[in-house]
Amino acid sequence: MGVGIEVNSLNAWYGANHTLQDITLHIPANEATALIGPSGCGKSTFVRCLNRMHETNPIAKVTGEVKIGGQDIYSDTSAVEVRRRIGMVFQRPNPFPTMSIYDNVASGLRLNGYRNRRVLDEVVERSLSHAALWEEVKNDLKKKSGASLSGGQQQRLCIARALAVDPEVLLMDEPASALDPVSTAKIEDLIFQLKTQYTIVIVTHNMQQAARVAERTGFFLNGKLVEFDSTHKIFTNPGDKRTEDYITGRFG
Amino acid sequence: MATMANPLRSSTANRRWRSFTNHAATWLAVGSTILVIAPLVAIFLDLVYKGASSLNLAFFLKLPVPPGESGGGMVNAIIGSVVVLALASLMGVPVGIAGGIYLSEFGRGTKLSNVVRFTADVLNGVPSIVMGIAVYGLIVAPTKTFSAFAGGVVLGIMMIPTVARTTEEMMLMVPHSIREAALGLGVPNWRSVLSIALRTAMPGVITGCMLAFARIAGETAPLLFTAFGNPFISTALNQPIEALPLQIYVYALGPYDDWHRLAWAGSLVLIVLIVVSVALVRFVTTRGVLKGAN
Repeated sequence: MGVGIEVNSLNAWYGANHTLQDITLHIPANEATALIGPSGCGKSTFVRCLNRMHETNPIAKVTGEVKIGGQDIYSDTSAVEVRRRIGMVFQRPNPFPTMSIYDNVASGLRLNGYRNRRVLDEVVERSLSHAALWEEVKNDLKKKSGASLSGGQQQRLCIARALAVDPEVLLMDEPASALDPVSTAKIEDLIFQLKTQYTIVIVTHNMQQAARVAERTGFFLNGKLVEFDSTHKIFTNPGDKRTEDYITGRFG
Repeated sequence: MATMANPLRSSTANRRWRSFTNHAATWLAVGSTILVIAPLVAIFLDLVYKGASSLNLAFFLKLPVPPGESGGGMVNAIIGSVVVLALASLMGVPVGIAGGIYLSEFGRGTKLSNVVRFTADVLNGVPSIVMGIAVYGLIVAPTKTFSAFAGGVVLGIMMIPTVARTTEEMMLMVPHSIREAALGLGVPNWRSVLSIALRTAMPGVITGCMLAFARIAGETAPLLFTAFGNPFISTALNQPIEALPLQIYVYALGPYDDWHRLAWAGSLVLIVLIVVSVALVRFVTTRGVLKGAN
């Protein structure tokens, strides 16, 4: 089951660049939450702070509090532990090129020392079915490299890989921006199904996509969270003039 | 504007000139290629021509005979070369790869990594005979005996810079997105480096190891001070040991025709030994590559 995320006065820097300024918001469990905003507004940095990927950059810095299921991920636990609980799907599909489809999906478990063949077989099939890819690849599981699939298939493979470690939260950083419309539609269908079991946070440049898949939407601008509300409210009756300007296409 | 000639719609003369330069450049490239390959082919053909005629079963089975007698072989040198090269690879490859990983993953931008990189580049340029003398001072003199171990050490040290620098370059070519994918799955950094980044870089790393191997396999000078040579079959690491380059060196400089022929045969065997090892490693390491892997 998914868990909620509480973020309190989160600040993030890249070197001297203050990319996130005092962000406070509560993301409810088992819903999809979309984050929109122009390029460079800090939304990607924000999701990268939710699983402590931000700090993998040597010049990055974070302050503030992020609680996932009540546990503060910056003080109560290690970064590795956090990332096991919080899956991430990146903007560009990034399957491991030297691994087969099967090994890609099993990698999260295997690299953490899990070896039981029967369980792995089961997890791989379940995750691939979950990511709506099973039918397309079930005959080539161990024969083909993950990199041999089409872009859309690769992205679903990456989703399956993230699901295989059974995360509570799934972060998606513009998961469909490098894909064609058909693949995009598949990913969106997937988000619909996944959000019954996982808490999903999706960064997107595509406002229609946010409107289609998310219950809640947050609008970021220049490192600040301008508005966070139900998607319906954001797109029909935004509380802030800047949100209205952005969604009506007056800038960005 | 209308009167200005469009340079892309040129006159016939201009087209002829361009066609001519195009062909000239192509042939220049082809000619250079031939120039590069020709010496290699010439050496190899010469080697096969002169070496193959002296090559027989005895060469692989018999020990060298005293000067003046005909026949004999180089079994001691073949076994010796295999021992010394295996020892060198066993020491040089792991240290080189580990050093390369440090340079690309953990030491980025640190003072130590700059020192290591600089040292590796300098080490690469040190004449091999100097390396031999250094190891003579480090191992042979204190232990008071020439040994296979000392030979392995000197050749192993000579492998390190090449292996380390290629490993570093190859690791840096692994896309950042793939490392992020591993970290995002909750994989510890060291595990991601070894199981994901190194594995992805492996084909290039192996090429580096093979280059280093081929380079040291023909080294003679450093072995003069370390392995020294041995007219008998030996596999003991604390005893002097023969090696093909050493034997070739001695026989090629010797006054006897029989020795010269054996030297040619030895050279051919040495080249074939290198080619076979490289091909074998390639075969073993590319067997598991999947369809569509890049």
